[in-house]
Amino acid sequence: MTRKTVIVACGTGIATSTVVAEKITEACKRENLHVNIIQCKVTEIKGYAENADLIVTTTILKDNFGKKSINALSLITGIGEEKVLEEIVNELKK
Amino acid sequence: MKISEFFNKELIITNFDAISQDDVFDVLYKKLFENGYVKETYLEAVKKREKVFPTGLLLNKYNVAIPHTDPEHVIKPAIAVATLKKPVIFKNMANPLEDVLVNIIFMIALNESHSQVEMLQQLIQLIQDDSLLEKIIGEDGGDEIIEIIKNCTLNDETV
Repeated sequence: MTRKTVIVACGTGIATSTVVAEKITEACKRENLHVNIIQCKVTEIKGYAENADLIVTTTILKDNFGKKSINALSLITGIGEEKVLEEIVNELKK
Repeated sequence: MKISEFFNKELIITNFDAISQDDVFDVLYKKLFENGYVKETYLEAVKKREKVFPTGLLLNKYNVAIPHTDPEHVIKPAIAVATLKKPVIFKNMANPLEDVLVNIIFMIALNESHSQVEMLQQLIQLIQDDSLLEKIIGEDGGDEIIEIIKNCTLNDETV
């Protein structure tokens, strides 16, 4: 099975995306799922989008470059976290 | 590094009487700058970033903002804290058009992300804990807030 690539982005590419990327890594490990994670700024997504299967952000995403995208702010607030994490994992399992 | 190592009582202001988010940015930046944590460029960079990518978080009971900016403006990592007398308006990270009335601000000075993964994870755990936020908001002194954070049971396992 080919590895899926997920872009994890936030405003600066170092704060909330770090936390979200760790949570996705952990969830994928539990599912024995191998994925590539690219962490970047929202403004840098364009450069990586072509090879990505999924875009996950903590901010509003104005352009998803024709890719599936999921807002993961609930992984920061904790409100509805499980559901969103499950949605991300299911998308990466496809 | 554990999150408590990023706090310093010189970087905490309690019961701050702010009218706008700029008041909070100014006072916390002053503390970070005077104590050698950030460069002079940090303040404008934080304000600019906040406009484009706001950091207000709508939580269960108390709302929090986590302003921060690019590592190039940071000298050494730290978290500055302000608890407010009255909440001020931030914009929601989820939607820049939506207001969030924020009670407590954690201004983060981050230099490189990977060494600070643990700190960021613990900060997120902390803001998700209503009772912990309530304790922090109820304190008058920086020392007491640092004690609360030191003594709380945040999961410090690295993943």
